[in-house]
Amino acid sequence: MFVGPFMLVFALVFLAPIAYSLYLSVFRTQMVGGTTFVGLENYAQAFADPQFWEGLGRVSLFLLVQVPIMLGIALLVALAIDSGRLYGKSFFRISIFMPYAVPAVVAALMWGFMYGTRFGLVGNINDAFGVSLPNPLSPDLVLASIGNIVTWEFVGYNMLIFYSALRVVPHSLYEAAEIDGAGQWRVISAIKLPAIRGALVIATIFSIIGSFQLFNEPSILQSLAPNAITTSYTPNLYAYSLSFSGQQYNYSATVAIIMGLITMVIAYVVQLRGMRKEA
Amino acid sequence: MNARSRHLARGTALAGVLALGLAACGSGDDGGSGGGDAAPVDTAAVLEKGGEITVWAWEPTLEQVVTDFEKKYPNVTVNLENVGTGNDQYTALQNAISAGDGVPDVAQVEYYAVPQFAISEALTNLGPLGADDLDGTFSTGPWSSVHSGDGVYGLPMDSGPMALFYNEDVFEKYGVDVPTTWDEYLEAARTIHEKDPKAYIANDIGDAGFTTSMIWQAGGHPYQVDGTDVTIDFAGDQGTQKFADVWQQLIDEDLLAPVGSWSDEWYQGLGNGTIATLTIGAWMPANLESGVPQGKGKWRVAEMPQWEAGQHATSENGGSSLTVPAASTNAELAYAFVDYATNGDGVQARLDGGAFPATTADLESDEFRSAESEYFGGQKINEVLADSAANVVEGWQYLPFQVYANSIFNDTVGQAYVSGTTLTDGLAKWQEQSATYGNGQGFTVNK
Repeated sequence: MFVGPFMLVFALVFLAPIAYSLYLSVFRTQMVGGTTFVGLENYAQAFADPQFWEGLGRVSLFLLVQVPIMLGIALLVALAIDSGRLYGKSFFRISIFMPYAVPAVVAALMWGFMYGTRFGLVGNINDAFGVSLPNPLSPDLVLASIGNIVTWEFVGYNMLIFYSALRVVPHSLYEAAEIDGAGQWRVISAIKLPAIRGALVIATIFSIIGSFQLFNEPSILQSLAPNAITTSYTPNLYAYSLSFSGQQYNYSATVAIIMGLITMVIAYVVQLRGMRKEA
Repeated sequence: MNARSRHLARGTALAGVLALGLAACGSGDDGGSGGGDAAPVDTAAVLEKGGEITVWAWEPTLEQVVTDFEKKYPNVTVNLENVGTGNDQYTALQNAISAGDGVPDVAQVEYYAVPQFAISEALTNLGPLGADDLDGTFSTGPWSSVHSGDGVYGLPMDSGPMALFYNEDVFEKYGVDVPTTWDEYLEAARTIHEKDPKAYIANDIGDAGFTTSMIWQAGGHPYQVDGTDVTIDFAGDQGTQKFADVWQQLIDEDLLAPVGSWSDEWYQGLGNGTIATLTIGAWMPANLESGVPQGKGKWRVAEMPQWEAGQHATSENGGSSLTVPAASTNAELAYAFVDYATNGDGVQARLDGGAFPATTADLESDEFRSAESEYFGGQKINEVLADSAANVVEGWQYLPFQVYANSIFNDTVGQAYVSGTTLTDGLAKWQEQSATYGNGQGFTVNK
């Protein structure tokens, strides 16, 4: 009986949109000819769609490069703050966390202006030092530039996850290690890292989902670099363009569903692997 | 004005894919009758009777028109709503139409998007309501743009015959003559950039509206539309080749500022002389005045450069019409308003607000033509612009899915601006992807 209201809300809020997307994905609406039931044709089309796979390849590359860098920095900072050897640690903690409080749209706009080679920060550096830095918004570099923005935004968030996990490690363990003559590195590798394994796995899963859903940053930068960021730059952006510029709601829903499934599978595999060794 | 706001909106359009579930309605049965048995509207009687209509538009000068209109016809209530600019509004309109609910009585639709709505029977044919009698009222470019098949699907609200806007200071400083042909333009581009490496003759990072207008002026017909039979052919189109030849050289020699239109850098460039010209629609002066105050007294207008010396060919760039969606429940009153805003007293109110007319009477009136613009150093700019309106090359057609085609322009042709791809390759790719989309939408493209 207590479950009733929960189930109702659950069905309305979680199941209904998914069911509706599934429903949409088996139809096709044409400007000429109206709506017809097409079964799995949209799925077949998506599996043979180079634009979709290119976008997926791009976010996978992003995931493989950006996520380790971001989590590595976050871990370093968390360990540094936790070590207690840093003066003014609450200042560092808050300033590193601050970017997370900046809305992603604002952050992307801000960085977009800094990346400007004419009037932006890059342009100013070029003028001041007489150098000519490569354009961060050129097709070759724009993915790295997006990675930089995302790293800046989320290092603080991940740092906080790691830091809070580190705080609950009992101090008696450190004391015991000290008595056994373990150095700081040994403490980190033998006590701290194993203790926060769960937090590492959670942060990794969040980052995987975040990478696959990459949308805000490329979408904002697109207006500054429309040739470098295509309408199918990431799968999410592709689904958005299909729906809002092309009125291809059905195909867009299909792409969204496939992307959701892929994300789920990868996140699940990471979770299985990450948690297994813990036991 | 439309192009400007459209570009601004593109950057801020941010709804997640989650909105997707809400965005569509699968039912898709269409209630459009197309209006066959309607008789010309007796506007006076309809207006006397009154009623309430909803207007979706982003054109700012319409506010004044609505105020005047309601004052003149107290029985009529007009709800003017801005639901978004360009593509955003089309999406909302498309959704409302497929949902069969909340469809406005009047909608602003840009010329390039009219065929898309007309072909899906989303708009009322205004011909029988009285538009058939308006031949000659509007200049030919916009008037042909609102036609699709035998129907008239909107009344032209403004127009954008193209002209060359240039910063006279820059041309005088470097001793360059204002180009009258595209070859001279190319030469001028070289000279300006050579004398000041920071200065460019123009900015361009790939703009679908600009490219199609340039091909239009060159006499090209890459799009041929006959009902649902569509042909797209850039490779075999002479106008396209003329454009690609000249523009490829400008790109290869880095003679175009890599700055997007309507960006902050763009406004700065127009003000400080690093962007020396703009080939753009006649609606530009009001934007220059408000966006580039430091350019006051420096800018002038000349005829668009020609593909062959001695010619006087131009094309349209932007501009919108007011349409009556087929699902409107009050089409007669809606038409009466559209008629007032585009052909009645509304026109003067909009001209006073800085709009550029599509009505031949205004384009030819002495008062309009002889107005001196302070911003343009006292030049009678309307003379040049109105002449351009009269010289628009006839016979151009947009795709019935131009909205989508334009959205993938930078994916394809845009690559020519940032990589080794040529314009011709980019256009071929644009053609291919547009054709795929068209065929997927039930048209017969290039078959």
